[in-house]
Amino acid sequence: MKRVGTQTITFDNPPTILETSSIVGPKESQGPLAKYFDQCLDDEFWGEKTWEKAESKIIKENVNSVIAKSGIASTDIDFCFAGDLLNQCISSSFGLREINIPFFGIFGACSTFVESMCLASVFIESGGASNALCATSSHFCSAEKQFRFPLELGNQRPPSSQWTVTGSGAVILTFSGTGPYITCITPGKIVDMGIKDANNMGAAMAPAALDTLITHFRDTGRKPSYYDAIITGDLGYIGKEILTELAETKGYNIKNNYEDCGVLIFDKENQDTHSGGSGCACIGTVFSGYYFKQLKEKKLNKILLIATGALMNSTSSQQGESIPGIAHAIAIEN
Amino acid sequence: MKPIETKQEYSNYVDQKSPNSPILKNCFNAFWVGGLICTIGQIIFDFCTFKGADETSASTIVSIILIGISALLTGLNIFNKIGKFAGAGSLVPITGFANSIVSPAIEYKSEGYIMGVGGKMFTVAGPVLVFGISTSVLIGILGTVPISFF
Amino acid sequence: MDFIQSIDFLQLIKCFIVGGLICIIGQILIDKTKLTPARILVIFVTTGAILGGLGIYKYIIDFAGCGATVPLTGFGANLAKGALTEIKDSGILGAFTGGVRASAGGIAAAIVFGYIASLISKPKIKKQ
Repeated sequence: MKRVGTQTITFDNPPTILETSSIVGPKESQGPLAKYFDQCLDDEFWGEKTWEKAESKIIKENVNSVIAKSGIASTDIDFCFAGDLLNQCISSSFGLREINIPFFGIFGACSTFVESMCLASVFIESGGASNALCATSSHFCSAEKQFRFPLELGNQRPPSSQWTVTGSGAVILTFSGTGPYITCITPGKIVDMGIKDANNMGAAMAPAALDTLITHFRDTGRKPSYYDAIITGDLGYIGKEILTELAETKGYNIKNNYEDCGVLIFDKENQDTHSGGSGCACIGTVFSGYYFKQLKEKKLNKILLIATGALMNSTSSQQGESIPGIAHAIAIEN
Repeated sequence: MKPIETKQEYSNYVDQKSPNSPILKNCFNAFWVGGLICTIGQIIFDFCTFKGADETSASTIVSIILIGISALLTGLNIFNKIGKFAGAGSLVPITGFANSIVSPAIEYKSEGYIMGVGGKMFTVAGPVLVFGISTSVLIGILGTVPISFF
Repeated sequence: MDFIQSIDFLQLIKCFIVGGLICIIGQILIDKTKLTPARILVIFVTTGAILGGLGIYKYIIDFAGCGATVPLTGFGANLAKGALTEIKDSGILGAFTGGVRASAGGIAAAIVFGYIASLISKPKIKKQ
């Protein structure tokens, strides 16, 4: 393990992504990627009484599913890194309170999924862990309730708003394996370009994604064409366009191989999701469901996964603060 | 395109990149739905006065019935669809006030009937009462000043 | 039926147009200013109370009937009217009691119906 450039870490014995699992809600189940997810729910409550309990159940069942799929015993998993969007990360800590694995609760807003994989891979590479679990969740209803308005309020969502993905993504990383490998990580800096509109998260997070993207290329000496796909978490349609154009002004052309999970997960025209999906589970489910299978089947061999997060809450927006963005990148290669 | 350096440049750039709301369509929908709600109110009002109610009572009955219908539609998960379509058309009439009280009441039911329903009921509508009632008290006090400009 | 015959259709049209126009003002505020619904409602109720206090709003009510009373500006105007009416009888005390007394029906209805709705209904996702 060594540092290259200003903020990238490369691994000598890169950790393998052993297995992934994904659970999505009803709306995602009607989206274009539905067939790739492990489990599709037809009820947002999933038999629970509250949105928060439902979200905890989603992450709990998804973690159980990834452990079962991986074939390793849960006692062999050394550490667990998990987080979500609810205050004090209650979905993950309540969902995983019976799992009996040392637990790190982390918060990186929608960047949590890749943040947890960054931390877990450093743990594994350093010899601190043999196997580590990373999981995130988000739920449209609990997020709306906490960040915006009650669901029954008859308001209009502006065209720049995004739709929080209901679901959970989980991965197990292991010290020895046959790939796909996490070859390097570029944790990002907090970048705030002064956007205050909580209904335009893509625009608030795009500068952070740009900063991490450029830093990654500068640190590693790689070019955009090195990767089969560069994938951001939840910039949505507006953020994706902004990142593409801003990258071009900095001399990086990512037009040909750049995708955004928020754009992929919903059908904008028929599902009325405005600027696309968002939430921890957006990149979590799309990576766990779709991209991991593409890597396994060698349809893609080198991807750069950049999860973006908006580090705000409802108090900060009411106080008129701008929205700080963050983006963490990991390179995954066969 | 030139590289963007300052927050101001970025803000201008984002404004230009972000799609605008379809304002003409929204205004048209707001107009006819809002007009229709008022007209329903007028028919109820006319019916009350036809039955012999005075105008003040008739107005109150109109409010209560429209609020009752909004509460029912909110509970049946229909009001948010009307609101999404009509925007200000259902928000600005008294129906929007009712919806803004009923919707948090339902949403926060999971936190219990005292602090959940009772406490959160006015999260959206509370300011309306605070500013509406305060303004009326202020106007009343000004109205008692002898050199009145009213 | 006598009631149907008694309906003044010109009045209904005036009501429809004025009510619709007030909503258009709200829609322009929503789309152009990114104000939240709560702020829009506050602007309307306060504007209504001020116009009511200045004695302007009653002309709109005379013209449009429920087209002016049903929007939240009418709620505000009613609060102001109640306060101004009551100060004639009870002086400054009326400023405090009049407004709420005039709109008590609407406020109580919203609270009671809201509570009942929360008893019988369950939160649901917006399908769209």
